[in-house]
Amino acid sequence: MKFAVPLILFAALVGFLGVGLWRDPHLVPSPLIDRLAPAFHLARLDEPSREFSPQELRGKVWLLNTWASWCVSCRQEHPLLMALSQAGVVPIYGLNYKDNRADALNWLIEMGNPYVVNVQDTDGRVGIDYGVYGVPETYLIDKTGVIRYKQIGPLTLAALEKTILPIVRDLNRSLEK
Amino acid sequence: MKLSQQFRCLVCQNETIADSHADLAADLRQQIREQIIAGRTDAEITTFLADRYGDFVLYRPPVKPTTYVLWFGPFVLLAGGLYALYGLLKRRPASMAKRALSAEDHRSAENLLKFDSNPNVIVYRDQFAEMESDFRNGVLVRKQYERDREDLERRLLEDCREIRGQTTQSPNSKKRS
Repeated sequence: MKFAVPLILFAALVGFLGVGLWRDPHLVPSPLIDRLAPAFHLARLDEPSREFSPQELRGKVWLLNTWASWCVSCRQEHPLLMALSQAGVVPIYGLNYKDNRADALNWLIEMGNPYVVNVQDTDGRVGIDYGVYGVPETYLIDKTGVIRYKQIGPLTLAALEKTILPIVRDLNRSLEK
Repeated sequence: MKLSQQFRCLVCQNETIADSHADLAADLRQQIREQIIAGRTDAEITTFLADRYGDFVLYRPPVKPTTYVLWFGPFVLLAGGLYALYGLLKRRPASMAKRALSAEDHRSAENLLKFDSNPNVIVYRDQFAEMESDFRNGVLVRKQYERDREDLERRLLEDCREIRGQTTQSPNSKKRS
């Protein structure tokens, strides 16, 4: 009886610390969720003379994938992006973050190109507007240009199947109404 | 660049943007510098960063419902600790320190010294014997001797009360637990 209170307190402390142990401190929730995706006008990777802006995609549900040829985890998620683009469920647009154009083009030739369009964010400013702090990061943007979900780190099959694709389906359905 | 010391680098999370060598921190320093030159206020720059990276970048997070635990939790814990300490001190047997010993106290102390075989009491007995001999050999003056003796008796009585208390309580507490 005498030790009940300290024991409960101790158990609570262990509980909190235990939960903390299993959470990844690198997953910082983005304040941009449910906000309008920041606008930008950037040169396309394939044709730098042409610009691309996300405004062109109003009315579409799409993914914005930040990547770079120097990024190791991007290599890891690439096959999944390829499969996703072949399935044609949701178009993938690429933000090539602080990369060298020749390296980026080589990467796409070597590994395949899952992107509809890629833009070059050479100085990383658009990345900062999107709150990118480590590539790869992937944003799911709805037809009104609002960010609905952010995947921090490489996409996984589980994240796609359990989270991203169901949201995509919902968003596409709301489009038809 | 005092301002950049108030922001956390998201790549190396225990470093400020001012200290971090991460690329992103360098980019953010550059942005902060440009915004200062452009005449933006500290508050505007803070909002700029928090809008993109969340409150997590702020080493001094704003006080709002989701951060109440963070800001006030320590004070709640402190109050709890003080309350527990207060309870503990109150439950302790009233200290005899300030009260002069009665004749009866002197008598029971003497009885303890003469007849009790508890090892703790034997230690006191030795201390008393040493004090007596010091007094007789003139190492201690009478005033000092009387004061020391009373102190020692007081300590002996307090100790014995604790020892007694434990021996009479323990059978009960065993049954309870």
